[in-house]
Amino acid sequence: MLENLRLSFQSIWAHKMRSFLTMLGIIIGIASIISIVSTIKGTNDELKNKLIGSGNNTVDIVLKENGYATSFSSSSDLPYGVPQVSDSVREQILALDTVESVTCYTKRSYADVYYLNESFTDPTVIGIDTSYFATAGYTIRSGRAFVEADYTEFRTVVIIDSSLADEYFPNEDPVGKTIEISGTPFTVVGVVTETDTYEASINSVEDYYNYQEDDPLCLFIPSAVWPILYCFDEPENVIVKATSTDDMENAGAKTEDILNSAISSSQTDVKYDAENLVTQAEQLDTLTSSTNIQLLWIASISLLVGGIGVMNIMMVSVTERTSEVGLKKAIGARKGAILGQFLTESVVLTSIGGALGVGAGIGMAYIINKISGVAVAISVPASVIAVLFSMLIGIIFGLMPSMKAANLDPIEALRRE
Amino acid sequence: MILRLEHIYKDYILGKLTVPALKDVSLSVEEGEYLAVMGPSGSGKSTLMNIIGCLDRPTSGSYELSGQNVMSLNDSQLADLRLKSLGFVFQNFQLLPRMTALDNVALPLVYAGVRKKVRRQRAKEALERVGLGERLSFRPTQLSGGQKQRVAIARAMVNQPSILLADEPTGALDSKSGQQIMELFQSLNDEGVTVIMITHDRNIAGHAKRIVDIFDGELKTHVDVPYTESREVAE
Repeated sequence: MLENLRLSFQSIWAHKMRSFLTMLGIIIGIASIISIVSTIKGTNDELKNKLIGSGNNTVDIVLKENGYATSFSSSSDLPYGVPQVSDSVREQILALDTVESVTCYTKRSYADVYYLNESFTDPTVIGIDTSYFATAGYTIRSGRAFVEADYTEFRTVVIIDSSLADEYFPNEDPVGKTIEISGTPFTVVGVVTETDTYEASINSVEDYYNYQEDDPLCLFIPSAVWPILYCFDEPENVIVKATSTDDMENAGAKTEDILNSAISSSQTDVKYDAENLVTQAEQLDTLTSSTNIQLLWIASISLLVGGIGVMNIMMVSVTERTSEVGLKKAIGARKGAILGQFLTESVVLTSIGGALGVGAGIGMAYIINKISGVAVAISVPASVIAVLFSMLIGIIFGLMPSMKAANLDPIEALRRE
Repeated sequence: MILRLEHIYKDYILGKLTVPALKDVSLSVEEGEYLAVMGPSGSGKSTLMNIIGCLDRPTSGSYELSGQNVMSLNDSQLADLRLKSLGFVFQNFQLLPRMTALDNVALPLVYAGVRKKVRRQRAKEALERVGLGERLSFRPTQLSGGQKQRVAIARAMVNQPSILLADEPTGALDSKSGQQIMELFQSLNDEGVTVIMITHDRNIAGHAKRIVDIFDGELKTHVDVPYTESREVAE
């Protein structure tokens, strides 16, 4: 075996140029596969990091009916059997190890909001409790947060988010101004800004659907005054903040269970559903990969071509060394020994090609990164698999020439000179 | 009896024609014998050599080598038999050009599964035995014809076979080198190695203790030029 390896290197080295040209097919094939895999992995890693890390470890648990987020426009839309989150349920959720804080809110999209005579475009009104900003990751930019008195005295006060403030109050301080929500005047008492904002890159329709839930222009009012505008006893959505990113899934799932157990399921299809960021990230993974898998197929074809090149040159090599094979058989080499020798040579050839290809692929990935800014990440398993795969190519495409050599008739082979 | 051929026939099929190469050949060789098979080209002597060397199978007949029935062996067993019992010397040396003399000689030991250190030691001894102890790392292109043939003999003998088979061993050599090769054969034979040599050259055949003639695929007892006389002629 060791002897075979030594002989292989010797004969590959004896035909440096020829060996290199033969390897080139394998090198190009493996290099393109490695660079494609690196960019796929880079993009996915980036996406995952941003997506999961974006929300301060918060998990949304929203009411869904048959898989779609429910929305109510009047009291008659309210589902039967879904209570508001009671204090005892809230205590249960807070008692979970993985949950740091919890908040409940009601939400109305496409609300009717005016400032002076200007109508806001598709604003979302959210009725919140006092723990909302801390849990969901908002900080006060100007003005104040809600205080206990806002709730007990049912004050019609509103806090707006910074993007809305920037858009509709460009040259003035919104604090103290009065805006009209569904015909009721509210006084702006503060402006909040999201602690961690994450700019999603939207490249496809699928991305758009994934990110559209990100709240656009938000106005926050005390949950106590929610019924002035909308419905009494409107079921709430919940946000929990997990103690760490790793605990997010667990916190979400447990909270979901607690909330769902409060619903009398016989009366409604509405259920709480924890949004699973890890799953979402993985879905995005498969999304981006599926387009690139096609590229991988194309790269594989170049590997196939490379393999055929190897087979061709091995055929030539066998023919060239016919008398060597004849002699070896005459002095007592078994068929298996001859087969092993040529197979080893072919595998060594493609393995070197594969290793060079991995190197070239990593280089290419970095060049792509430098030129186009696409994130790349080198996948160690992919590199190892690539080298193993090129070995396999060596075996597959070296088998026929090696069998030809092993089956040579020693008399015929010796006669050739 | 180290080797016994009985009623060997060998036919080659060329298209629709069947060409007989050997017809009812029977030959016995004693251990330690020095035999020359002599005949003109096309007489079937190479075919006979291939059959004795277990490179080819006869069409019919029986062949026993070192007590083994060769006819019943499969390819791998034949390879093992060649490895252990036979040493080959060819007219055109058949050395591997990329390898040193030492590696060429050590090659059969690779197939015998001998460890590298032992291989090198034994190959070195074999080369010293043929007088090339100073040429271990030379490649075939750096050696003269006579030296190449001596490397080939060292290779044939390195695995200590009982039979040395030589096919026109001096055919590509000048007479002086040929003479050295013959002396080497003689001394190997003196040590007990059975030597079977195939040649068309009367003078070379004269070095053997027994000569058989082959003509048109049939073996004939040699009608003699006496052994001593031919040796003197050669010298």
